[in-house]
Amino acid sequence: MAELTLVNPYPDALTGVEMRYCPGCTHGTAHRLVAEVIDELGVKDRTVAIATVGCSVYAYEYFDTDAVQASHGRGPAVATGIKRVHPDSVVFTYQGDGDLASIGMAEVVHAAARAENFTIIFINNAVFGMTQGQMAPTTLLGQKTTTSPRGRTVAEAGHPIRICELLDTLDGAAFLAREALTTPARIRSAKRSIRRAFETQLAGAGFSLVELLSICPQWWGMDVLEAIDHVEDTMIEYYPVRVFRDRLGEEEGGGDA
Amino acid sequence: MSEQRQRVLITGNEATAEGGIAGGCRHFFGYPITPQNKIPEYMSEHLPPIGGVYLQAESEVAAINMVYGAAAAGARAMTTSSSPGISLMQEGLSYMLGTELPCVIVNMVRGGPGLGNVAAAQSDYWLATRGAGHGDGRCITLTPYSVQELHEFTAGAFEIADRYRNPVCVLADAILASMMEPCELLPRREPSPPERPWAVGPHDPAERERNIVNSLWVDHNLMEAVNLRIEERYRQAAEEITDWEEFGSDDPEVVLCAYGISARICESAVGQAAQAGVRTRLIRPKTVFPFPRAPYARWAERVERMLVVELSMGQFVEDVLLSVEGRCQVDLLGRAGGSMPTVADVVERVVALAGKAGGH
Amino acid sequence: MPKVVIDAERCKQCMLCVRYCPRASLRLSDATTSKGYHPVEQHDEEACTGCAICALVCPSVCIEVYR
Ligand SMILES: Cc1ncc(C[n+]2csc(CCOP(=O)(O)OP(=O)(O)O)c2C)c(N)n1
Ligand code: SF4
Ligand SMILES: [Mg+2]
Repeated sequence: MAELTLVNPYPDALTGVEMRYCPGCTHGTAHRLVAEVIDELGVKDRTVAIATVGCSVYAYEYFDTDAVQASHGRGPAVATGIKRVHPDSVVFTYQGDGDLASIGMAEVVHAAARAENFTIIFINNAVFGMTQGQMAPTTLLGQKTTTSPRGRTVAEAGHPIRICELLDTLDGAAFLAREALTTPARIRSAKRSIRRAFETQLAGAGFSLVELLSICPQWWGMDVLEAIDHVEDTMIEYYPVRVFRDRLGEEEGGGDA
Repeated sequence: MSEQRQRVLITGNEATAEGGIAGGCRHFFGYPITPQNKIPEYMSEHLPPIGGVYLQAESEVAAINMVYGAAAAGARAMTTSSSPGISLMQEGLSYMLGTELPCVIVNMVRGGPGLGNVAAAQSDYWLATRGAGHGDGRCITLTPYSVQELHEFTAGAFEIADRYRNPVCVLADAILASMMEPCELLPRREPSPPERPWAVGPHDPAERERNIVNSLWVDHNLMEAVNLRIEERYRQAAEEITDWEEFGSDDPEVVLCAYGISARICESAVGQAAQAGVRTRLIRPKTVFPFPRAPYARWAERVERMLVVELSMGQFVEDVLLSVEGRCQVDLLGRAGGSMPTVADVVERVVALAGKAGGH
Repeated sequence: MPKVVIDAERCKQCMLCVRYCPRASLRLSDATTSKGYHPVEQHDEEACTGCAICALVCPSVCIEVYR
């Protein structure tokens, strides 16, 4: 019998420190995919991870790369500063929906408009996880959170924000995709987009962002499998999963359009 | 020094910007606000041709966080603003304190509170010397009083920021920002900051471990250790860089206390008070954090009255009070919101105080 | 025959691998981890094809697949 080989070695770009996420929380999946991409592209020694404020605040303990911990929402500004000093570095921010779509909206929009050459991994779990389940700008209408106890209404809190669609109006964005960390097929697709985003940065093509629909069973009041089904059945309807923009692809595939 | 220095007639803003370049700054991030717009304009013209970076941020919040990123990446980075913009930078400064990163910020103070006006004020004294956002820790704060000093202090601020791994604030005002004076320019230094073994960026893993720039310490002992380290640097800074100038009578009846533009007024008042028959001496801090307590304490033993002149309703005066520790009477001539005392106002107060001084 | 190795101590009983294993070769064990979870175990080694879908969906990065 042939010798067995390990088909999924633990990513070199993860430290191996046990991640402190709730059971089933797909923050862990997102970390693994990003680390695998860093390994595949061989850029670990020039990568700087920007940890932000949210459940992923300890990202600097999990990614085995240089790292800077940024204040709430300011990751894109910090990434801009680093990238302007070291254009040859590979920089990514890792931001939740509170961090990016609420307090940090100005920073992400302007980084995209300036075509800043870094990558954002945007975890949309439609809730403020770390602070115990308050409403996020991405919370769906009708969704109950600790600050929308009767369910989000338009009258009280307006409409949820679709970040990819919003950034898709900006010429500086070179890669924009929304993926979901649910089924095996979708997770594979998410990894392809993450890889594409980093490739966009390596090509110097400008701003890249991958939005990952992610579960927060803890504050959605669901078990893990129910939460996965909720993304599939409800969240994706409002937040369509697709590649919005792929400048590299447009250039490469220009002939067969 | 034998090097030939260029002597030019320029505004305080330009002298500040050129001071930054002379000090080795090649990364500038800012957001326009009067009365310091000439600084970002100057930087946008002069930095790119010498391989530097000028970036107009979307806000002061973003600007200070770009400085944070650039400093974390090892660069000598700088931002400049005026009062409302400095308010917005407080959180970013707190993170830079927590991560022990060097940077230089310049505050051309204007009248406040609120949107205020664009006239000269000194009402951000607490913001500069007590501030830097939440938590312990402060900005090392330099107080130039001329265009020449704006230039030199800004250039020197990078050295100080590096030495103590702490943000350094150059605290001036709307008049110093826009007035023109002759200024001897320092040569533009190559950006050659000291070794930064803690900086992030591309590296050879054989040469160093990965670097983490972080201010989150859930273990309170580790968090306190950061604070103790910062505090120790302040103690060191107090010994090494505390600076002031004294001017006037060696046998004063009244000691004048003022920094920055107020010290310019007081300098003139020293002469005019003498003509009015009152001997005065001016103690002018060039650093206000660390604060030159010694000269105030020393003169408090020898005079009965000091007069603090500042463009605020009383902020700097508290440091003077802390220094004299009740050894003499301290009076305040404070104007606010962009209003200024005249030299005659100061002399009048000095004469009145001198009359009182002997009379009890 | 392929082999699945689970770092039981890191397993948080989220059930994602159990749900998505196309051959239904995984289940919760009766054991209890120090954090109080019942970790996953492979109960039907014969069925496993080594497809590594369990590892793909595992947020705890605690499954190794050998093939
Ligand atoms: C300036 C500031 N305001 C508020 C907070 C508190 N805070 C911490 S995390 C967070 C929300 C995080 O939500 P999100 O970004 O969606 O991340 P998640 O935890 O859901 O992954 C808030 C409001 C903070 N740390 N700093
Ligand atoms: S609170 Fe929500 S987002 Fe945070 S770790 Fe738990 S499941 Fe994940
Ligand atoms: Mg969230």
